[in-house]
Amino acid sequence: MEKLKLLVVDDEPGIRSGVERILENHTVSFPFMDEDYGFDVDVAETGEEALKIIKSKPLDIILLDNKLPGIQGVEVLEYINQQQIDVVVVMITSYASLELAVKATRKGAYDFVPKPFTPKELRASVETITKQLFLRKMTQKLNTEGRQVRFQFLSVLSHELKSPLNAVEGYLRMMQEKKYGEHITEYMEIIDRSLNRVQGMRNLIMDMLDFTRIESGKKQRKIEPQNLCEISQHCIDSFQPLAIQKDVDVYLNCSEKITMDADRQELEIICNNLISNAIKYNVKGGRVDVNLNKEEDKILLSVQDTGIGMEEEDTKSLFEDFVRIKSEQTKGISGSGLGLSIVKKILDLYDANISVDSTPGEGTSFTVEFSQ
Amino acid sequence: MIVDDDVDYLFQMREGVKDMGFDVITAGTQKEAEDIIERTRPDLAILDLMMENQDTGFILSHKIKSKHPDVPVIIVSAVTAETGMLFDVTTEEERDWIKADLFLDKGIRNDQLHKEIKKLLKI
Repeated sequence: MEKLKLLVVDDEPGIRSGVERILENHTVSFPFMDEDYGFDVDVAETGEEALKIIKSKPLDIILLDNKLPGIQGVEVLEYINQQQIDVVVVMITSYASLELAVKATRKGAYDFVPKPFTPKELRASVETITKQLFLRKMTQKLNTEGRQVRFQFLSVLSHELKSPLNAVEGYLRMMQEKKYGEHITEYMEIIDRSLNRVQGMRNLIMDMLDFTRIESGKKQRKIEPQNLCEISQHCIDSFQPLAIQKDVDVYLNCSEKITMDADRQELEIICNNLISNAIKYNVKGGRVDVNLNKEEDKILLSVQDTGIGMEEEDTKSLFEDFVRIKSEQTKGISGSGLGLSIVKKILDLYDANISVDSTPGEGTSFTVEFSQ
Repeated sequence: MIVDDDVDYLFQMREGVKDMGFDVITAGTQKEAEDIIERTRPDLAILDLMMENQDTGFILSHKIKSKHPDVPVIIVSAVTAETGMLFDVTTEEERDWIKADLFLDKGIRNDQLHKEIKKLLKI
């Protein structure tokens, strides 16, 4: 078991002994981590004492009270920042005022624990940090191996995963409190909503797996002659239930057999994303046209919809990670914000181009151009 | 007034705050919230920070405070690495106009939230 070194800085003896007691025999384990993490807890009564400890040995986590008798918590944070000490700082505050939040986050504080906290809250906070530390270590490791896993990607990802968790947790609490009485039938709507959010989370994770496999170049590619019309039809078939639900008709326009050398799974990811977007962002009674054309030295795949469309400005950021167009019309539609960035990454492997043409209220068309 | 673009979180907040005995108006977009601010004067506003823009909460807070300076504003967000990133791009001048009264984590429990609301409304 790996031990994380944690320092508690608080002038209240109750908080210091409380943290020691709560974390002494606590271990953190996640399915994706190789080993469990335990904690070695050090305590300091003042900021001055804390600085002495910080200077004397490496630490992983510091729980830092802001209101201290001598120098303030923020000043300790400032020192850590100046010296570029690699440690995760969590502020313990009686309540997180905006001023302090701004000041502390600017100085690099990672999180807040409101005081007083229950053992459960402290453990939850420490677990998040442990995960973060683990990911950070992994990132460093991957970076030294020459792979780029971006910190920003992970932060946004954690935000995207946290929202559905918050939502589901909230609904479970409402059920726990029996908010709508004893009968399970009263809870059907919030159960449906919870399942919906869990499904969204699953999609995000699946997209993320595709994404990281492509990013890291780890995906096994099998380049063979592929029948594009057949693959498009296959993708259309798999989205038929969604199309029926949204009352959208999907047509394939493919007059001749078009083949190209490619990895089947990659072509499917491209078609799936373009077609599902065209259905998702469509209107009731709308249509989607999947067109395949062969010109002299290129193959053109276009997916055209009669949907809500978007402003030209929005089309520019469309292929970036986690970008979703937020508007009145898209607010009920769930998505990971990764689909098109995955498409773009795959197309880069083929030196293929993708362009988008959209008019708000009329529709959008995406055109992929593979050169032979 | 509660503003959040996550329909589920908005619903749960509305139910929670209603149970505390308050009347609640909700908005799911910045635009909706701005319309409400134009029409009425809420007694207190709870705003999600990251909506259409990463700083929608700040923008709305600024608008509320310039129209109704004495309406308390709470900004809720997941105060972690992602907001750290956000604050990094905020300049001194930008921070000058952030007029929120309180900044809370989204995971806050209802009883804690109730306490904070009562404190801000001085009831």
